[in-house]
Amino acid sequence: MTVSADLATIWAFIIAFAVFVYVVMDGFDLGLGVLFPLFPDKADRDVIMNSVAPVWDGNETWLVLGGGGMMAAFPLAYAVLMPALYTPMIAMLIGLIFRGVAFEFRWRTTSSERNRWDLAFAGGSLLATLAQGIALGAILQGVHVEARHYAGGWWDWLTPFSILTGLALAVGYALLGATWLVMKTEGPLRDKAYSLSWFLLFGMLGAIGAVSIATPFLNVQYAQRWFTWPNLILTAPVPVAVAAVTVMLLRSLANKQDYRPFFLSLVLFALSYAGLGISMYPYIVPQSITIWQAAAPQTSQVFMLVGVAVLIPLILGYTAWAYWVFRGKVRPESGYH
Amino acid sequence: MFEGWDAVVLARAQFAFTMSFHIVFPAFSIGLASYLAVLEALWLWSGREVFINLFNYWLKIFAVAFGMGVVSGIVMSYQFGTNWSAFSDKTGPVIGPLMAYEVLTAFFLEAGFLGVMLFGLERVGQRLHFLATLMVAIGTLISAFWILSANSWMQTPAGYAVNAEGQFVAASWLKVIFNPSFPFRLVHMVLAAYLTTALVVGAVGAFHLLRDSQLAGPRVMFSMAMWMATLVAPIQILAGDQHGLNTLEHQPVKIMALEGHFQSHKDGAPLILFGWPDQDAGTVKYAAELPKLGSLVLKHSLDAPLNGLDTVPRENWPPVLITFWSFRVMVGIGFLMLGLGLFSLWPRWRGTLYQTRLLHLFAMAMGPAGFIAVLAGWITTETGRQPFTVYGLLRTAESASPLAAPAVASSLTAFVIVYFAVFSAGVIYILRLMAQVPHHGEQGPQGDIPARAAGITPAAGAVSAKGAVA
Repeated sequence: MTVSADLATIWAFIIAFAVFVYVVMDGFDLGLGVLFPLFPDKADRDVIMNSVAPVWDGNETWLVLGGGGMMAAFPLAYAVLMPALYTPMIAMLIGLIFRGVAFEFRWRTTSSERNRWDLAFAGGSLLATLAQGIALGAILQGVHVEARHYAGGWWDWLTPFSILTGLALAVGYALLGATWLVMKTEGPLRDKAYSLSWFLLFGMLGAIGAVSIATPFLNVQYAQRWFTWPNLILTAPVPVAVAAVTVMLLRSLANKQDYRPFFLSLVLFALSYAGLGISMYPYIVPQSITIWQAAAPQTSQVFMLVGVAVLIPLILGYTAWAYWVFRGKVRPESGYH
Repeated sequence: MFEGWDAVVLARAQFAFTMSFHIVFPAFSIGLASYLAVLEALWLWSGREVFINLFNYWLKIFAVAFGMGVVSGIVMSYQFGTNWSAFSDKTGPVIGPLMAYEVLTAFFLEAGFLGVMLFGLERVGQRLHFLATLMVAIGTLISAFWILSANSWMQTPAGYAVNAEGQFVAASWLKVIFNPSFPFRLVHMVLAAYLTTALVVGAVGAFHLLRDSQLAGPRVMFSMAMWMATLVAPIQILAGDQHGLNTLEHQPVKIMALEGHFQSHKDGAPLILFGWPDQDAGTVKYAAELPKLGSLVLKHSLDAPLNGLDTVPRENWPPVLITFWSFRVMVGIGFLMLGLGLFSLWPRWRGTLYQTRLLHLFAMAMGPAGFIAVLAGWITTETGRQPFTVYGLLRTAESASPLAAPAVASSLTAFVIVYFAVFSAGVIYILRLMAQVPHHGEQGPQGDIPARAAGITPAAGAVSAKGAVA
């Protein structure tokens, strides 16, 4: 496996980066929704919502960049994958609607109605998370392409493997959510988040294991990619690193540290994500379309590259500032909702 | 629910439905973000408490509307792929980058500073907070710039070539971005957003003034809104006229449809005021028309010849009935706005602006008019572009995804149910906020949460408000 530094590859890395930033940022915030039913107390729920209210909108913007960027840089892949993932995509969008409006709506109602929007937040987050995980599995297992079109049915995505990846992502996001709460809260809420983090970490390891075992069976190419020489030089360190990070994460949880569990969980995500990248490259639609086949003409990719080079650092800068403004523990009495 | 509809019609219905819901929110938040920036600037400049009260009052409404705009907007950005994949494949290289730039230059800017704008006044201080408000306002305008550029390119494509795969490719990005209809559409839409917001602000002000004409906040917002209507409505009518002339030059068939000109006229076309266009018969039934004035409006000459739809193959006709009537709704509301603005001048001059009940009732009735005009305008321009997605180059029927009708019908049904449930709740919450009187010590989204005010720290809000005023 060789990686060349042409435009299409650069753009593949940019899109992968946008999707990863999305996973990092919206992952914990969807994870909080997945965990919401486990925190029935209103005061806890207010704190949980407050911990992401100032930033959730920015987090979801990365999803728009991932989608919009893909249409711009790899229009063929976007045109093939979106119809192939039709049902999960629609489900994800609907889930995001319910959870997104809940951030404001739940403050604008009476308490009985608030329960309804709490349910919308939890249900919408879970639906969006499962849909994203299922979409990932459906991409990995490959889609039926003819000419420049998706040529399968609208339920092709539904397989045991895609269900597995859907559940795996839900566990993973929940881990990010729990460790986020460890970082952002105090007292009994934080204690509960610690104990949840333990369970979810083992759940996540189980999920990584299950998906890693199942993936090579999907397609010969994935097995070759991972288990043949000289690829092993690149692939072997991934599971080793996962093991090392897991040990560090366990220790940080045992020592009741504030920040480490969240950031180590992110590293775990990054490693899993790198594993996905190793499996897929250079395909953008596995087994059918490579990044070079899907690439937009050079004029489009160059035009956008200029903007990305200037704007992404700027965006990361002011996004970091926004997080910095709302840094520290969220207290029940703190000013913003 | 949608048995017997084919997949393309369903996909069009879905786009029209989700787009119509979506456009309402940005149209409102573009105008409201700018209004908030003006209010905060006035507060910082004058130190008068009424401005920060109004700022916080409208900020709560903005937060709810903006959230709905975001979630309905994410749907739009993915719908190109899910329902219009052939379109995405062919036009992605040209309009994809425009939308990517919208995300990079506008959406991130809005989202990045929104949290500080909504919740951060006490954390960052007045100057940085005003900067955040400005960034959000500028972000909404940049967003309008890019998305209207992309839409305008679909109306009046320019600066492109077609490659071996049948994709549109940019030959000149400047020509793509500043395509012929873009400047006109941008001006027309941004003014529409400002007017829409002004009418809402004016209606809320009028509603409260009807009950008590002494209220400070409602007086300020009503006066500001009436100035907007007075000054901007005539400019908008002028901008609309110029936009129309531009359309006549670049999309003459759309003009034929919205004027109901089925027949060509060699020496002066009539201006059809009202009637019932019959697409199959190719005539306007029960037409009330003024001879030669059509040519006067469009060509600024009574006897100028005008071609009609009889010069265009039938398969290239847009749906005339919808285009014709949505255009009239938009224009009619535009003149009502002008009427409201002019009406307000008389009591303003006499010093009875806050006591003239008839004006207040008129302003309240006009509250939702901007939204209707925006929707009617978009229906006119989008329906008038049919049967093409990229005018004259790519047919709508060749743009859709290869999906089975039941898939599209199911998703459409889901969107209809979810949108009505969620967005009607949001509109109710906004109306509830509007029903309250902006008062002394008004709190932003952070302060007025019932549970908080009642329970944990009742005093915190009041203290911070005083701090903010000082």
